[in-house]
Amino acid sequence: MAVLTFIIVSAATPITNWQAFIAYFAAIYIVSLVAKIPTPTLLKRSLIEIPFIFFAILMPFFGTGERFEVGPFNLYRESLLAGAGIVAKGTLGVLSAVVLSTSTTARELLRGLEKLHLPKLMVQIAAFMLRYVNVISDEMERMKVARESRGFIATGPKDWKVIAIAASALFIRSYERGERVHLAMLSRGYAGVLPHDMSEGASLKIWLQGLSLPLFALFILISTTVIG
Amino acid sequence: MTLAPSLLIEDLAFAYPDGNQALFGVNLRVERGEFVAILGPNGAGKTTLVMHMNGIHPAEHGSVSVAGEVIDTNDKDLLRRIRGKVGVVFQDPDDQLFMPTVGEDIAFGPYNMGLRGAELDAAVDHALALVHMSEFKDRPPHHLSFGQRRRVAVATVLAMKPEILVLDEPSSNLDPASRRELANILRELKITTLMVTHDMPYAYELCERSIILSGGVVVADGDTKTILSDSKLLSENRLELPVGFSL
Repeated sequence: MAVLTFIIVSAATPITNWQAFIAYFAAIYIVSLVAKIPTPTLLKRSLIEIPFIFFAILMPFFGTGERFEVGPFNLYRESLLAGAGIVAKGTLGVLSAVVLSTSTTARELLRGLEKLHLPKLMVQIAAFMLRYVNVISDEMERMKVARESRGFIATGPKDWKVIAIAASALFIRSYERGERVHLAMLSRGYAGVLPHDMSEGASLKIWLQGLSLPLFALFILISTTVIG
Repeated sequence: MTLAPSLLIEDLAFAYPDGNQALFGVNLRVERGEFVAILGPNGAGKTTLVMHMNGIHPAEHGSVSVAGEVIDTNDKDLLRRIRGKVGVVFQDPDDQLFMPTVGEDIAFGPYNMGLRGAELDAAVDHALALVHMSEFKDRPPHHLSFGQRRRVAVATVLAMKPEILVLDEPSSNLDPASRRELANILRELKITTLMVTHDMPYAYELCERSIILSGGVVVADGDTKTILSDSKLLSENRLELPVGFSL
């Protein structure tokens, strides 16, 4: 939740407030240090963002309005600002999500979601995904080995058809497994609720620790807005 | 007063929604404490029959009763009770074990039966002890070996203290040692057990009685040794003893 608030606050900050963004990045980095996450891991995991910001990077080259030149490039001021905003805010969001996912086990995350009163069904779906992602990736691996044992080696687009067919077979198998799991659950009297141990609520200290990041970001936003 | 049989199936017929008829009038009576093997070729309707025993499939024609109670799939309370009485262990343990840890998975059934707190913990510990898996309580299922997962799958239904244990291919994919361990565990349980299997020696070892289900009807019912000695009967139903195995 702290992460979500932090993302919302940073997304609400106008990009022209560049001092605020420097403070945000510093804050995330400090949190990652406190959580003992090695910086290379943090950077490597945030690479996932690249496909999403690709278009944001292209934005300054297209657009309307005021133009100026940087070296050989012809840039548009408004698009540059918008693009930079997306890149900066996106990176902040990804970094904070990476910190959360690296420092918290998936099960704790699910419990947290349940406590935040996310619809039960959604939490259950996420829990099942967690359980079966291994089973399905093993199945995928076995299918790959079986394909390769019969002399298939994917080399380029001409082999995509085979891979697409394998993916659809995997999809159907997973769907059927879902049905079997459901039957197995019904056989043990499933009536819509999963058992969960009532873990104790978070203490005040944990709340304060959790809220320190978004509160800090909010403080930066307000102060830079007032000063700037 | 004579006790009601654990399981009584009378003239049960069933067709899948796509029109494929799987059962054509099955009759079966299983007394308390019996060990019965359900033999039959692929596609004989064995799994369909199992799905009727705990009310997953409604009886379209005929009836299924468990310990004297006729299953009515429209009665939710009855269905919950029946599912507590008939413990089905599915063939693929990955279908059965879906919770993040072994302990939570075993708690799933008794929780649905209304157990909470210390009682729930006791049921889980007891079931784990029965299959000799107590030290694996907090492990995630996907880190266990196949044989261990099969045993945990058995524990998940034992935790519900069933009247009947139904096992779908209990020995499939097990190495000889796991197969032996599971046999010993099943023998220790001393509850009514039905096992669907292709593993003839396993049926011979564990079950005094066998039935052959073929083409959606019971074609043979009797002493396991007599049935397995009848090579003509077996081959007519696409069954055979392993090479080198004799009774």
